[in-house]
Amino acid sequence: MLEPATSAKKRPEFRNINAFTDLPSYRLPLAGLVSILHRVSGAIMFVLMPFIIWMFDTSVSSEISFGKFKGAFNVGMLGLHGMVWKLLALALIWAYLHHAIAGLRHLWSDTHHSAVTKEFGKTSALITLVLSVGLTAALGAKLFGLY
Amino acid sequence: MAVNYGSKRTVVGAHYGLRDWLAQRVTAALMALFTLLVLGQVVFSKGPIGYDKWAGIFSSQWMKALTFTIIIAMLYHVWVGMRDIWMDYIKPVGLRLSLQVFTLVWLTACAGWGIQVLWRL
Repeated sequence: MLEPATSAKKRPEFRNINAFTDLPSYRLPLAGLVSILHRVSGAIMFVLMPFIIWMFDTSVSSEISFGKFKGAFNVGMLGLHGMVWKLLALALIWAYLHHAIAGLRHLWSDTHHSAVTKEFGKTSALITLVLSVGLTAALGAKLFGLY
Repeated sequence: MAVNYGSKRTVVGAHYGLRDWLAQRVTAALMALFTLLVLGQVVFSKGPIGYDKWAGIFSSQWMKALTFTIIIAMLYHVWVGMRDIWMDYIKPVGLRLSLQVFTLVWLTACAGWGIQVLWRL
């Protein structure tokens, strides 16, 4: 005879992961890191979208506004040092690069079975991180006038 | 299975289908191609890039029409992405709906500004 279901030991449930006590102890694989950074980079671009449109506006509208656009980064704007605006631009450069490259990786995974193996997932995640961080460093060096 | 229709349906859920998933990917591909197009024009222009060359890229009618399309594509793409974020992390329906409305207002305002800039070039 089977035991009645009510006396069965209650199966453990793992719910409500606490972002502060649980997440820091979790070891995130590279693919997971690329995934959460894809989300973070998207959110950054959403929040900074008015700044993006402002850059588009001032850079294309007229010679005078183009001067204002350059001035924000070289001199400063709204009481903020030019460095701050350059750092914001650098954050956008990273966000765009990471989002685009990780996005292409997603498209690749959507359309190819070979792209979703454990090994390729790790390799493509590593390639994504190296490319996005490397290109950000190269463009950042240009932005801050290192070459 | 939990009942998710009728009065139990999640009013701030996704559309339970393929449409947004596919739209997110198609709009992403369009934006990636547009990036290459603009980048190509910047890279292959001769001499240093000042105001004239940069504004010139966007001033032709076909480029305006294309950029307009890309702004709309971005609007849809970001909407799907931000909605996914709210659906994953924000559980109370009222708060989630408020954030979704904020997202739509924010995006529509940004898109309007971008299109205005484009059409006075």
